[in-house]
Amino acid sequence: MRRLVDAPRWALNLFAAAALVYLFMPLGWIVWFSFNEPVGDVNLVWQEFTLDNWRGAFRASAYRDAFVESIRVAALSTAIATLLGSMIAIALARYRFRGAAGLNLLLVLPLTAPEIVMGSSLATLFLDNAEIIKRGFVTVVIAHVMFQISFVAMTVRARVRGFDWTLEQAAQDLGATPMRTFWRVTFPLVLPGIMAAALLSFALSIDDYIITLFNRGSLQTFPIYIDGAFRREFPPQVNVLASLILLASISLMLIGVLRATGKASRS
Amino acid sequence: MPAATVAPPPQASGLSQRADLVGLGALGVAAAVLVLVGTGAVSGAAAVVALSILLAAVVGLVVVAVAGGAEARRRLAPYGLLKPGMLWLALFFFTPLVTLLKQSLSTLPSRFAVEAEFDWNFGNYSTAFSSFGAQFQRGFGYAAVATVLCIAIGYPLAYVIAFRAGRWRNLLLGLVVVPFFTSFLIRTIAWRSLLGDSGPVLAWLERLHLTGPLEAIGLLDNGRILNTQWSVIGGLTYNFVPFMVLPIYVSLEKVNVALVDAAKDLYSGSVRAFRKVVVPLSLPGVFAGTLLTFIPAAGDFINARYLGGPNNTMIGNSIQDQFLVQNNLPVAAAMSFVLMAIITAAVVVYTKYLGTEDLT
Repeated sequence: MRRLVDAPRWALNLFAAAALVYLFMPLGWIVWFSFNEPVGDVNLVWQEFTLDNWRGAFRASAYRDAFVESIRVAALSTAIATLLGSMIAIALARYRFRGAAGLNLLLVLPLTAPEIVMGSSLATLFLDNAEIIKRGFVTVVIAHVMFQISFVAMTVRARVRGFDWTLEQAAQDLGATPMRTFWRVTFPLVLPGIMAAALLSFALSIDDYIITLFNRGSLQTFPIYIDGAFRREFPPQVNVLASLILLASISLMLIGVLRATGKASRS
Repeated sequence: MPAATVAPPPQASGLSQRADLVGLGALGVAAAVLVLVGTGAVSGAAAVVALSILLAAVVGLVVVAVAGGAEARRRLAPYGLLKPGMLWLALFFFTPLVTLLKQSLSTLPSRFAVEAEFDWNFGNYSTAFSSFGAQFQRGFGYAAVATVLCIAIGYPLAYVIAFRAGRWRNLLLGLVVVPFFTSFLIRTIAWRSLLGDSGPVLAWLERLHLTGPLEAIGLLDNGRILNTQWSVIGGLTYNFVPFMVLPIYVSLEKVNVALVDAAKDLYSGSVRAFRKVVVPLSLPGVFAGTLLTFIPAAGDFINARYLGGPNNTMIGNSIQDQFLVQNNLPVAAAMSFVLMAIITAAVVVYTKYLGTEDLT
């Protein structure tokens, strides 16, 4: 009996392992080909191993500049979206008020609209008002904030939904002013959720291609530049920069997981 | 005097009672003004008047909050918190949908004109369907197949993480999320290399003598994987699988294991227990995952561009090409609008049965 049950059990585990390998295949390719020395300008066929690409990771190039531009856009848009989105999340989770259900629905809509619709429609707005605003850095930041707000609001709200709001009451009963209550009680409790949302929306921004493409004017972000130059070249430096992002995010994730596991074993 | 209690006090002043109406009204008026000004429905002097109404709505809210006392402030607080973000969305998400609609009903005066004139030209919609019907079909078709494949891959993976992983659960979940952190574009380019004519996938298939059978069932085209419909569908599946795994995992995680054990005793079989207990409880996750994969997949054009070649383009490719390359904005806007209308209709039907709570 036991053995009969075990066969499908192992099959399922193997399937899950295969699925994880599938998820990581392109990531492995990105890292592996960062050590390739391609013939010509397109790094898509394996030739021979070299460390040169990593030595020149940050040598001046259009790719490095575009990479820095992406980080600038992401930093600014994430800061704005995290502030606005967290305020919405706290309003929705903390208070019961007229119109909450309707506003909630409006908030979900940007999450369910295809990127190409958001990108092209926003571009028509900017084109209609071309005398007020030119497409460029500012419009890309505006666009990124637009799709990040709902994302931040939903993520933070999910994290603070189970939060015990009577703690605020307790603090005020003990004589804390509303400001002090917010900074000493509410803020520390919602901060982890806000940080997680900020991190993920930073990643969304840095990765965005479709919405940026429609609203960029002549701004070159990292994905935009890679795509524009792809017919001509795809140098291994792209793999190196992508590997660096990967390395940073895996380390962040591992720190998070280890801390969560540590907390769980302590409690 | 302690601050307001959690339950509203039995008798509040008239102003306080109406404070929430004031808050909601001010939000509505401000959003409406932004939409009107943004779409160009009002301009010139009227726009100045409209913007002063917007300013008055904001100032009025502050005045009511200051004059109305603690209870009014408590009732107005959520609207104050919502306002900046909601107005951002009103101006940069909802207003553009109106300008998109306007653009889709405009006409280009000549073939080389850049600026279109609004004249209720519904012809753009018939052009969209007649010239790009095949792209619409491929867009929705590829997205549908990719969504089904995402469930087939994502469900077992989420199941193993939720029920079998034990202390490795968080780590495995993290591994599923890691691909998010490398560029979507570069991952797709990676598949172009992996699936390419001299890439490792084809080499392995040849080593295993699988090219013949795969060619017979149509997965390969003249010995190539790249630039077939299956490479596009495979790319879409790959890119959106994490969006399927996470919501399914969230719903499976909530399943009480004791319930499954009880079901195993009652139905005397794990397969039936799975079918009768676990599957129904995980359906909200599957539906949420379906939305989160199908919607972006239907509008995607990167996979088709890098993996599909010229004969497998999706509707997203056509919109991008008409909008940014051909400069035929009216037709691009019409296609965009149709894409959104079809997807919105599907989402409305879905959320009617499932609510919005489980979407993220």
